[in-house]
Amino acid sequence: MKPSVWVQMDGWVRHIVPTGVTLFLLFLTAIPTHIPGLAGITPMLPMMGVYYWAIYRPDLLPAWAAFLIGLLHDIIAGTPFGVNALVMVLVQGVSASQRKFFLGKSFMVAWWAFSLLAAGASALSWLMTSILSGRVIDPGPAFFQYFLTLGLFPLLTRVLARTQMAFLKEA
Amino acid sequence: MKQSGAVGRLATLRLLAQRFAFVSLIVAAVALMILGKADIVLVERTRSLVADAVAPILDAISRPAATINEFTESVRELASLRAENARLKQENQRLLHWQMVARRLDADNAVLHEQLNVVPGPDPAFITARVIGDLGSAYGHSMLLGAGARDGVRKGQAVLSGEVLVGHIAEVGERSSRLLLLTDLNAKIPVVVEASRTRAILAGDNKDRPKLSYIAGAASVSVGDRVVTSASGAAFPPGLPIGVVASTHDGIARVQPFVRRHELEFVAIVDYGLGGVLPFERPPMPEKRRRGGDN
Repeated sequence: MKPSVWVQMDGWVRHIVPTGVTLFLLFLTAIPTHIPGLAGITPMLPMMGVYYWAIYRPDLLPAWAAFLIGLLHDIIAGTPFGVNALVMVLVQGVSASQRKFFLGKSFMVAWWAFSLLAAGASALSWLMTSILSGRVIDPGPAFFQYFLTLGLFPLLTRVLARTQMAFLKEA
Repeated sequence: MKQSGAVGRLATLRLLAQRFAFVSLIVAAVALMILGKADIVLVERTRSLVADAVAPILDAISRPAATINEFTESVRELASLRAENARLKQENQRLLHWQMVARRLDADNAVLHEQLNVVPGPDPAFITARVIGDLGSAYGHSMLLGAGARDGVRKGQAVLSGEVLVGHIAEVGERSSRLLLLTDLNAKIPVVVEASRTRAILAGDNKDRPKLSYIAGAASVSVGDRVVTSASGAAFPPGLPIGVVASTHDGIARVQPFVRRHELEFVAIVDYGLGGVLPFERPPMPEKRRRGGDN
């Protein structure tokens, strides 16, 4: 039996939640916060979104969605075209390929793995931006950004888990 | 048995397709980077198109953020009202003195202008734009503004906050534009150290304090000197305040800009009728000059 149109629509809406939430995180990062010193070290919230969904629902945030989110990030941030797209695709790919290892593991394991992955991602963005701009960029802000991101990971993971509970219970 | 073999093959095929998609996305990202280096015009157009598309969203969500910020700001101001009042009184006294000086100089200046028959420069036109996006990247210092070509914004125009130079317009879309801050890696602004009239280029390097490079002549730059824009290159009108020299370590002078980035909410995009730092077309100067020389 075919489900009614409304049920189907409901399903679709629920299925765009992961990408939608990650996009929202990107826009959230772009809000001018007017907090002194925060500019230049804003946490990498969209990356956490990509990481989370790649582990728990890789079918709903596939690599191409990560790519587009990264590209949009490049456009809003004014960073060289393609750098974040590459980083996001790699984050998605690596975490999705290791998801069997994460499922059922404790939160600390997820945090630890994220710290490694985010370190790699930061290093890669720094390297690519430096190469593309032809100069060695001061890595200081990238370090602060990295630690701020790590610090926010527990909070954001909780929010994302709640979102998953609310919209994607069937999984 | 046969069926499970088919299913297995299908799964392998699917995995292969996924791998292929993944690899092609990586290749696409790298290709975009190379394209971004090679064909700047195309990439810039794409950038501004997409930025235009997301501008309304960013604008909408930056408004409540601004309201919350105003509220917390007013609470903070209430807390420090007394101290602030005392400071302002003192400052007012000092400024009254300066006002007197300025009035006298203004009168002097008017008289001198009259005597010399100075032709006044055109009054600059300006557009006020909201800051709608500030991703605060660790790799570049720029902001998205909620005004674009349809509002009269053009590439290279100076962006001021109050009387102070913030940066210039680097990309223009139809209804959004990108403001490149003084501190960005790619920002290079011809300046002059006010006290000694030393010319230099203020070069950003993603740090809070951009450095003075290509200092002309003997390096006579000392801490506390005011740095303003110079007329070299006809990028900006001369005399726009930028900052003060904050340190001179190992022959590298760094400038503390007057602008405080986190306070930027509205900025003025000013059209001085000059080419800006990024002129669109090469002016056909040499030929004309030669003809003038022959005559």
